[in-house]
Amino acid sequence: MPKTPVKYNKDEIWNLLSEVKDPEIPVLSILELGIAREVTIENDKVVVQITPTYSGCPAMNAIENEIEKVLRVNGIQDFEVNKDFSETWTTDWMTDKAKQKLKEYGIAPPGKTDTDDDFLNSLKSSSKIIPCPYCDSTNTELQSEFGSTACKAQYYCHDCDEPFEHFKCI
Amino acid sequence: MSTETTTLTKQDALFEYLVRLADDRLILGHRLSEWCGHGPILEEDIALANISLDYIGHAASLYEYAVEVEDKGRHRDNLVYFRNDVEYKNLKITELPKGDFGFTIARQFLFAGFSYFLYKQLSDVEDEQFAGMAQKHLKEVKYHLRHSREWVLRLGDGTDESHERIQNSFNDIWTYVGELFHQDEIEELLQGEKLAADSENFKSDWKELVVDTLEEATLEVPDFDQFMVEGSRDGLHTEHLGHLLAEMQHLRRSYPDADWE
Ligand SMILES: [Zn+2]
Repeated sequence: MPKTPVKYNKDEIWNLLSEVKDPEIPVLSILELGIAREVTIENDKVVVQITPTYSGCPAMNAIENEIEKVLRVNGIQDFEVNKDFSETWTTDWMTDKAKQKLKEYGIAPPGKTDTDDDFLNSLKSSSKIIPCPYCDSTNTELQSEFGSTACKAQYYCHDCDEPFEHFKCI
Repeated sequence: MSTETTTLTKQDALFEYLVRLADDRLILGHRLSEWCGHGPILEEDIALANISLDYIGHAASLYEYAVEVEDKGRHRDNLVYFRNDVEYKNLKITELPKGDFGFTIARQFLFAGFSYFLYKQLSDVEDEQFAGMAQKHLKEVKYHLRHSREWVLRLGDGTDESHERIQNSFNDIWTYVGELFHQDEIEELLQGEKLAADSENFKSDWKELVVDTLEEATLEVPDFDQFMVEGSRDGLHTEHLGHLLAEMQHLRRSYPDADWE
């Protein structure tokens, strides 16, 4: 570990942050997920703003620790990681490339979020069709709204007989 | 807290309001966590644990904001671990024992439906941080409502056994639903400042959701005009809350300076 503080510009900090992955979805970085929102450097102090995904997401603390670790091992000593609640995290912030990576990892990616006006009516209609990430079949069935983590739902594909997870739209 | 000799300030009222909302979610989240490892099927075990985490997460952010509003340098955990039952302001409906799966689902449905309409209103309060929290919680509550509503239909319109059990659950819990819509001087003061919801405005929408769902589930809707219990916001609780708090608080009280790090 370098002993003297190292100076970085903003782009270089963003680059360092791209090494931090979500421990529950290790193919995606916190940039691709839209968790890291803003980097500011003032008088050599690095401030990183992050926004939590789900309120009860147990990965958030791990992510915060991981950001601190990455900054520290790269010689940054004066930094702060802040949680920002003013914007509400949404899966719409995920890039198309990130969605493609999710699919390749075996998780059906989120579609576009619905507007709230439809919600009470949508309760009465059957759930949306989610294509299988393995064989693209639409002959799939929702098994549970809650999968291994709060952000995923559990589905089953009747064509390739594989269970799979869907990253919920939120 | 206000007494008759001091006037209630906006700051006091907002602190109290946030703590009430947080208490409801912490206690219900704790009750749901009791299902972890005991769910009727693996998927439901996971679902209830996830919903429990959401509620505890909502409570954490509400307490965090409450101590910020209070501005006395108190840590949010202090509110959780060092208040006694009479100081807790959660509604009694949230503290009742988890019962069987039918009872848990009946309560989740009634509470998630209420929270949905509540958070829709809170999303527009004139306080950026509070509104931001409500918008975030609302997204999650939609999943809670979808989940519990589908189970009400499945159990109500399922076997004779499941039908009877969830019907009994709704009958038993009914006396506690009136309090969801209780409002007092705290809400009144904050409504004037556009800092609180007015549950009178969505009471009929909530009833419609409940009646529609229960009828679709072939269940009888209990009488909304029956006797309803009161007093939770003044710290009056059932005997169940004390036992829950004993379990939740004993470690922290035995080792007040213990830390995870
Ligand atoms: Zn398939």
